[in-house]
Amino acid sequence: MGAQLRVYKRRIKSVTATKKITKAMEMIAASRIVKAQRQVAASGPYATELTRAVTAVATGSNTKHALTTEVESPTRVAVLLITSDRGLAGGYSSNAIKAADRLTERLRSEGKEVDSYLVGRKAVAYYNFRERKVVESWTGFTDQPSYGDAKAIAAPLIAAVQQDTAEGGVDEIHIVFTEFVSMMLQSPVENRLLPLSLDTEALKAQEESHGKGEILPLYDFEPSAEGVLDALLPRYVESRIYNALLQAAASEHAARRRAMKSATDNAGDLVKKLSRLANAARQAEITQEISEIVGGASALADASAGSD
Amino acid sequence: MAELHVELVAADRSVWSGEATMVIARTPSGDIGVMPGHQPLLGVLLSGPVTIRTSDGGTVVAAVHGGFLSFADNKLSVLAEIAELADEIDVARAERALERSKADTDAAAERRAEVRLAAVSSGH
Repeated sequence: MGAQLRVYKRRIKSVTATKKITKAMEMIAASRIVKAQRQVAASGPYATELTRAVTAVATGSNTKHALTTEVESPTRVAVLLITSDRGLAGGYSSNAIKAADRLTERLRSEGKEVDSYLVGRKAVAYYNFRERKVVESWTGFTDQPSYGDAKAIAAPLIAAVQQDTAEGGVDEIHIVFTEFVSMMLQSPVENRLLPLSLDTEALKAQEESHGKGEILPLYDFEPSAEGVLDALLPRYVESRIYNALLQAAASEHAARRRAMKSATDNAGDLVKKLSRLANAARQAEITQEISEIVGGASALADASAGSD
Repeated sequence: MAELHVELVAADRSVWSGEATMVIARTPSGDIGVMPGHQPLLGVLLSGPVTIRTSDGGTVVAAVHGGFLSFADNKLSVLAEIAELADEIDVARAERALERSKADTDAAAERRAEVRLAAVSSGH
């Protein structure tokens, strides 16, 4: 076998092996999307009921609470960025990081200090490499987040909001994650978690659940409106973070599936191309051998004809 | 007989839903019973059993660890971070957890285990 042909054969073998790996990863990701989607759906009822309850308290009472009132001139805000632990998911993590960078830029231009909270090894690596300050980070659960993880993330954030800004607390919490729109489309979104912007989403939820124009019932609070709100809002934040984590996980799997599918397709194309080249090389080798034999034979024939 | 619709949801799943004639749950100021036509209510729940008297005469007991209860339009939602139906609870495991938490003097875990066992014993 000629040197050229041997090189092609070797490359085909290596690309085929890679293709097998990417194909396996594609299939694993595909099976996990379904599970992740189911989890998103399963967390839906809790989130809906919680939003309804929060709306009810916020609109049904005049209670002021640290977590619902807007600070007049916010000076420090927290940004929670959700990315993945592992790579090989196309632009999934970098898109989320870019969205967080844009948000940070915008908040800074409004004169706010930004505290970063990170989820996922990819974000941590990105921030560490650029030597940016990170308040807190969590890793190790991005592909299968549990409610306990959401609680662990929410705790320091809520504590920071309840703290005075002068003592290192924050006035707002923003969250950046990748929304799972469909199997083919996942887009990074940024939301303000706190203070609650009731005029937008909560009212929308209220309209959906009560029909337009209907007035919310007058609630009786047990033990008191403040007590309910105190207990309700941290749960609300946890549930929102949980939902974001689940959507991010579903998006991660979908992004990885797509990335691995194109890697598999690409490997297939490469194998085809390399096989063609290997065939051409083999043919060239055969042709050369034939012409060498023919050349040799005719040289011999010429020589013997000359001696006669 | 008048009925109310009950949704018992945990953070990661919907645990039970159906029609009921009365629901009893534990709030910081004592046990509260909700019957059809109750005034709109929003309450904080303590760790404890939630008893649902279903409209077909049966009783469903669930162990609930912290959460809320909201009632409006004859619809009651019980939201809990963790909620388990009595027949889902692994008694042996709960007992083990109780022993362990007593040994570690972990009051919260001890309470959780006690609530689970209480829910199981009242569910049968």
